[in-house]
Amino acid sequence: MKEYKTINRIAGPLVFVEKTEPIGYGELVRIKLSDGSTKTGQVLDTSDELVVVQVFEGTPGVDTDAKVRFLGETIKLPVSGDMLGRILNGAGKPIDDGPEIVPEEKLDIGGAAINPYARGNPSNFIQTGISTIDATNTLVRGQKLPIFSGSGLPHNDLALQIARQAKVRGEESNFVVVFAAMGITNEEAQRFVSEFEETGALKRSVVFLNLADDPAVERLITPRMALTAAEYLAFEKDMHVLVILTDMTNYCESLREIGAAREEIPGRRGYPGYMYTDLAMIYERAGMIKGKKGSVTQLPILTMVGDDITHPIPDLTGYITEGQIVLSRELHRQGIYPPVDVLPSLSRLMNLGIGGDKTRDDHKQVSDQLYANYAEGRDLRGLVAIVGEESLSERDQRLLKFAEAFEKTFVTQNRKEDRDIDGTLGVGWTLLGEIPEEELIRISPEIRKKYYKK
Amino acid sequence: MGKIGTLYRIAGPVVVATGVNARMYDVVRVGKEKLMGEVIQINGDKATIQVYEDTTGLKPGEPVESTGEPLSVLLGPGLLESIYDGIQRPLPVLREDMGDFILRGAYVSGLDLKKKWSFKPTAKKGDEVSGGDIIGEVQETETILHKVMVPPNKSGKIKDIKAGSYTVEEVIGTLDDGTELKLAHYWPVRVPRPTKRKLLPEIPLITGLRVFDGLFPLAKGGVAAIPGAFGTGKTVTQQSLAKWCDANIIVYIGCGERGNEMTEVLTDFPELQDPRSGKPLMKRTVLIANTSNMPVAAREASVYTGMVIAEYYRDMGYDIALMADSTSRWAEAMREISSRLEEMPGEEGYPAYLSTRLSEFYERAGRCIPLCEEGAGSISVIGAVSPPGGDFSEPVTQNTLRVVKTFWALDSKLAQRRHFPAINWLTSYSLYNDTLGQWFNQEVATDYSELAEKAMGLLQEEEKLLEIVQLVGSDALPEKEQVTLRIARMLREFFLQQNAFHPVDTFSEPKKTYLLMKTALHFGDLAYAALERGVRAQIITETKAKEKLADVKFEKDYEKELETITKAIDKEFDAL
Repeated sequence: MKEYKTINRIAGPLVFVEKTEPIGYGELVRIKLSDGSTKTGQVLDTSDELVVVQVFEGTPGVDTDAKVRFLGETIKLPVSGDMLGRILNGAGKPIDDGPEIVPEEKLDIGGAAINPYARGNPSNFIQTGISTIDATNTLVRGQKLPIFSGSGLPHNDLALQIARQAKVRGEESNFVVVFAAMGITNEEAQRFVSEFEETGALKRSVVFLNLADDPAVERLITPRMALTAAEYLAFEKDMHVLVILTDMTNYCESLREIGAAREEIPGRRGYPGYMYTDLAMIYERAGMIKGKKGSVTQLPILTMVGDDITHPIPDLTGYITEGQIVLSRELHRQGIYPPVDVLPSLSRLMNLGIGGDKTRDDHKQVSDQLYANYAEGRDLRGLVAIVGEESLSERDQRLLKFAEAFEKTFVTQNRKEDRDIDGTLGVGWTLLGEIPEEELIRISPEIRKKYYKK
Repeated sequence: MGKIGTLYRIAGPVVVATGVNARMYDVVRVGKEKLMGEVIQINGDKATIQVYEDTTGLKPGEPVESTGEPLSVLLGPGLLESIYDGIQRPLPVLREDMGDFILRGAYVSGLDLKKKWSFKPTAKKGDEVSGGDIIGEVQETETILHKVMVPPNKSGKIKDIKAGSYTVEEVIGTLDDGTELKLAHYWPVRVPRPTKRKLLPEIPLITGLRVFDGLFPLAKGGVAAIPGAFGTGKTVTQQSLAKWCDANIIVYIGCGERGNEMTEVLTDFPELQDPRSGKPLMKRTVLIANTSNMPVAAREASVYTGMVIAEYYRDMGYDIALMADSTSRWAEAMREISSRLEEMPGEEGYPAYLSTRLSEFYERAGRCIPLCEEGAGSISVIGAVSPPGGDFSEPVTQNTLRVVKTFWALDSKLAQRRHFPAINWLTSYSLYNDTLGQWFNQEVATDYSELAEKAMGLLQEEEKLLEIVQLVGSDALPEKEQVTLRIARMLREFFLQQNAFHPVDTFSEPKKTYLLMKTALHFGDLAYAALERGVRAQIITETKAKEKLADVKFEKDYEKELETITKAIDKEFDAL
């Protein structure tokens, strides 16, 4: 294979190579530095005159004398059933002192789109053991449901708890977890890993770690690596895979960095115009396939910049994913864990996964009633600040108390508490027991008869 | 075939080739794998090409060949019941060919080339025919008779034509200049199919939804926009429309939507029954599915593919309802390609030609006399827009509102209050009210539009009053206003609300819509008159007979029921 010493420009994470033979778009690149170390990259732009390479490890130490080799293949991930229990870096190399993974196959990490006609209809309820998700924003197998968080909020704890507790009722096969960290701190990563080890979850997990001090460009391939592994485990090995991607904001920052280095015309807030499609290529790799046993469920986490939900990253994400779980700083300040704000949260596939044969006959109605009462109670808080509690009607005072109790008993949960759906709905009914029966207009008389104050 | 050029530069889905010698929007085959692409910019010898498939692995120097043809779809029998991607590749066939994932370099014809259709000519030897003329028929599905036309750009004298069983590629006849006639022909997607002339949209597209037919009607050939916020029941509304609107054919384009939601459409639609014929709704439906992770260029093309198919059936004299979900995703695809071309961006990064493209597209809707001059066909477009963050001031919504005449504002607040269909009557509008009012007055009842206006007035009045009520309570309102509130509530509950899942209520014919509205307003007239006579408002709002109205919408024999109720109301008021 030919080696080139024709680097003519280095800018940020990009290396520009001249006078090459025809080089394929997306090809894998090895760069050998003068000190003998090597770096890996990918072709971003190729033409007769110039090839632009993005270097995953960053360009420190690269000079114009470095030798560039084009490997003639795209980035592939060696996959195998033995990946479970392993910890890999953001580029898919083992970093847990274990042996090399003997690949059963090498898969392109780009991933093709699932033919919409081949997709299976998601309809299996996943019990996460978190009341605010199970009852009011139900997660369904094959869904992609992001957690919209803010910096300093306990989204990672929540993700870990879900990873530990997620199961499908009445089925032996628990989830395997593919965990991809992008740009998280070493400390967070260690917590993740030790938690995985402690709870024994590591045995059924594949962990990809790209840390905050790892090269930013590597972050662009980490989620693709993770999803390639997930698809392999799901559709070749018949497993149910829960993919946790944290933090997608770091991913998008890297995307912007590359865009800027290539001097592209920036879109909203400087993010590239193709960010929507790029994110879609990641998020849409969730789902089920007709005739296949496995499934890929995604739980991406993103921290909203300045807690702004209209920022391009949460905005575009919300348009691709099937709902969102929103964490609230206000609840967190009150010491409530998990600080899930159910009002802006949503699961678009919820109705497919709940009901008599899947969860319980009262699920939908209880969820609606809790939501309605809490929403009204929260509205009243604003009013109380102006007119004082005494001037409220009896009903309004009740709702105000309801909202309080809802946050204290329904939302609040211990970090180790795995509430099953019956438990969750039970807490819901206890709360609704404080409300006169005739005010439960979202609940049908039959259901009320069966569960009210029972 | 054009000259064979070579690839010069590849950067994502947009590539540059030299020496292709292609025209703008010609389809080219890129690289050794012959990926499909379209020329979107020409600069000297260099042609910029958007590729409909993944470009990974392409190298400079690979061949690029122009087909000399623009992006076209194959139009003929077999379109109905199909599920296509954005460039008319049937998804079920793709799945058979290459499995559950869409790989690249697949060539699949849009129509089944092996299937034989039984063709009955309606033209005969020696007939002088021109483009668009109907020369025969094929029973395409149980519900739709496919009319075989001379391609719009051909004409001449029929030399021979024969009945029989043909595939879409076989020759069914010839013209005297040697032109071979077949069941199917190609047509470029970006070129509107010609018509004789456009008609004014004077006939309503009856939707069976009272809030639409009564207050915000859409004309056959008209354009409506639905902003689809989260959880407002957009899907249910669209399915109701697909099921009940009096169009002959439904074209549904899922453009850049979620895979799992598309799956819902793909599994739900084939199960829907056509309430008119009792046959599956798919027998008169074409679905186009292009999810957000499928190549962006194909997403851009998908709306045009759907439009041409709609135009083709319009040319047979059918009424088509085309639903595009969502046009915002289409606009984003344009934005993405534009930024790849390094064009100067306009508002929010959208290309400066956004408004031109949108209006060009919507202008392809309309009611027309087709070239064959037999009857009239129409395309009504119902486009969903999804404004980011629910902000209607963003460019796509604004540019769409500039062209559309009907705006059906789905409202999440109404949905939360379980008011369905969750169409906000204060922000929705229809500019067809005047022209269509005449039709309703002629066909349904002479005072139809007058009553609709009155109902609208009351609902608007209600909104104002409710603001006051929130401040001071309803008891503090003058008597007359209290009565107004009661009438408006009747209109909302008995007239506007409609249950899509109730076998009777799901469809309301114009007469029923009219009579329900009329009875509620009749109560209003009597109530105001009674007030004048000095009857207290409380007594009026507590009358019993009107409460029966609540159930009339669920009655099959609503006319008799309404008559009884009207009489009861009259009697009750006489007694006051």
